[in-house]
Amino acid sequence: MTRILADDVATATPAPRASAPARRRLSVPHLLLIPAILILLVGMGYPLVWQIITSTQDFGIQQQFGKPADFVGLQNYITLATDPTMWQVVGRSLLFCFVTAALTLVVGLLLAMLMTAVGRTARLTLQISLLLAWAMPVVAAMTVWIWLFDRRRGVVNYLLDMIPGVDMNRFSWLSNPLTFFIVASIIVIWMSVPFVAFSVYAGLTQVSDEVLEAAQLDGANGAKRLRYIIMPMIRPVIMIVLLLQLIWDLRVFTQITMLQDAGSKASEFDLLGTYIYKLGAGAQDFGMASAVSIFVLALTLAISWFYVRSLLKEDEQS
Amino acid sequence: MTTSVTIPTGGELGATASAIPVARVRTRTRWSRRFRPRRVVLTVLAFAIAIAWVFPVYWMLNSSLLPNRTLQSFIPTFLPIGGSLDNYENVLDGGSFFSALGISLSVTLIAVFCCLLFAFLAAVAISRFRFKGRKAFVLAVLIVQMLPAEGLFIAQYKMVSSVGLLNSVIGVSIIYTAAVVPFTVWMLRGFVAGIPADLEEAAMVDGLSRTQAFMRITFPLLAPGLVASGVFAFLQAWNEFTVALVLLPAEQMHTLPLWLRGFIQASATRETDWGQVMAASTLVAVPVIVFFLIVQGRMTSGLVSGAVKG
Repeated sequence: MTRILADDVATATPAPRASAPARRRLSVPHLLLIPAILILLVGMGYPLVWQIITSTQDFGIQQQFGKPADFVGLQNYITLATDPTMWQVVGRSLLFCFVTAALTLVVGLLLAMLMTAVGRTARLTLQISLLLAWAMPVVAAMTVWIWLFDRRRGVVNYLLDMIPGVDMNRFSWLSNPLTFFIVASIIVIWMSVPFVAFSVYAGLTQVSDEVLEAAQLDGANGAKRLRYIIMPMIRPVIMIVLLLQLIWDLRVFTQITMLQDAGSKASEFDLLGTYIYKLGAGAQDFGMASAVSIFVLALTLAISWFYVRSLLKEDEQS
Repeated sequence: MTTSVTIPTGGELGATASAIPVARVRTRTRWSRRFRPRRVVLTVLAFAIAIAWVFPVYWMLNSSLLPNRTLQSFIPTFLPIGGSLDNYENVLDGGSFFSALGISLSVTLIAVFCCLLFAFLAAVAISRFRFKGRKAFVLAVLIVQMLPAEGLFIAQYKMVSSVGLLNSVIGVSIIYTAAVVPFTVWMLRGFVAGIPADLEEAAMVDGLSRTQAFMRITFPLLAPGLVASGVFAFLQAWNEFTVALVLLPAEQMHTLPLWLRGFIQASATRETDWGQVMAASTLVAVPVIVFFLIVQGRMTSGLVSGAVKG
């Protein structure tokens, strides 16, 4: 559809200015890109380069007061690689990310299938409820969940305590790392399931009834139709949703910070985001904080590569 | 930023009532008649899940209407009977809400304006022209969109503080614009590409220059796309927490998310007035929910469009 514009602009504008070849190269589309490129260079590019350089320097509290930073090569990375705390944080972050993303995907899939299996009223009710949860700003959602899990007057403890034989009165969810991360995971799942459910549901509605009916006539039961027809057809959606979920569940700084505000700030409650924050803003060790940041960026890019590639393909098709 | 997406960050969003995918309601009658009990169970399950999922949102509203005395009781009050708007009054009385609202509005509006302008120009470039470096730019946009705030905020803090823009609206706005531009470029690219260039071509045959043709023909058709992208950018910047936390440490410069977090932080040292916290949360959440519902559908399709193309 961009047929007329597909040819190079240089030929479209028969540049009479033969004087400066460099100038001719800066054509209309390049000019249009300048503001976006400038803001990206300032807001993202420069910090990124600074961070890469700083991660190879000994940049601690003395450097904050003007002492020149010494180049230490990969020393910061070596220190990190040999630091058991760092490995614990990395392991915990990855475990949290994978478990939460997997559960989100499973719950989202089940809800999407439920939407297709029930009548209009039930489906709309479910969809509106999911939409409201999805729309909640993260910080507001966090305050509500912290209130729900409040030790003494939270509804969660109240309801659990009503189950016979369960004593959850004044159970402090946020003071033990395991229950702390269970709560974090529940909250993140609550926030992210709506996106998964709606995306998968949109994919499911694309599966044609004719094909399903044909399969039914050929003797495929429900489980077989799901496995051999529906699943292969919605596989691309599921892959992309899972990738995005993995990426998003690595960046849960806001959620963890707010839970730490209400609970404990001890290091057993840290994931990568809060760990970097404490290294940088707390200990003022920018060299180490930069090295961990680079690690997080590399990890994110590794996971998102497939997503970026699929978007690139879409761009080429248009 | 959550921009990421970051904003899919946190973040995360998109369209109109068409948002709720109008489902195919062609029920297979034969099937449903045969398995009636199963369908009843599923329907009950759907309603139960709907109630459970919306409960936190309901609980926020409910608690915000109840006096602290009632909330202090060990038996929760499930309906706001005898409730009042006192909590809202108390929250608004302090004045800190309006200060935070002002900061949030200025940061967000600057970011949305710059973001839309820059992204619009870039989207036109990549969807209407083929040029050297186009692919590199598209790739850069897609990669930058993935970068988490968690991986850059220390460096951004250092940069902003070194030019003396810590605790200033400008510093945060620059970072927000940069964080939201990539997704906006991507979103607008789709809209621009959706308007056939043939229309412009026809206008050019009728004697308009290329710029005139674009401004008079394509631009008006882009309005819905600009609105949707603008709302998206708005939500991203409005809800952003991480970068604001680092770049706006002074309390009088707090944006709404930071202001709201202040309530939870204070709860570590003194008894929390949950009624007020929930009223504050409601004040922050309601405008966001309204905007979100406007753009929701587009968000879903935008993020997975590559995959669902049928």
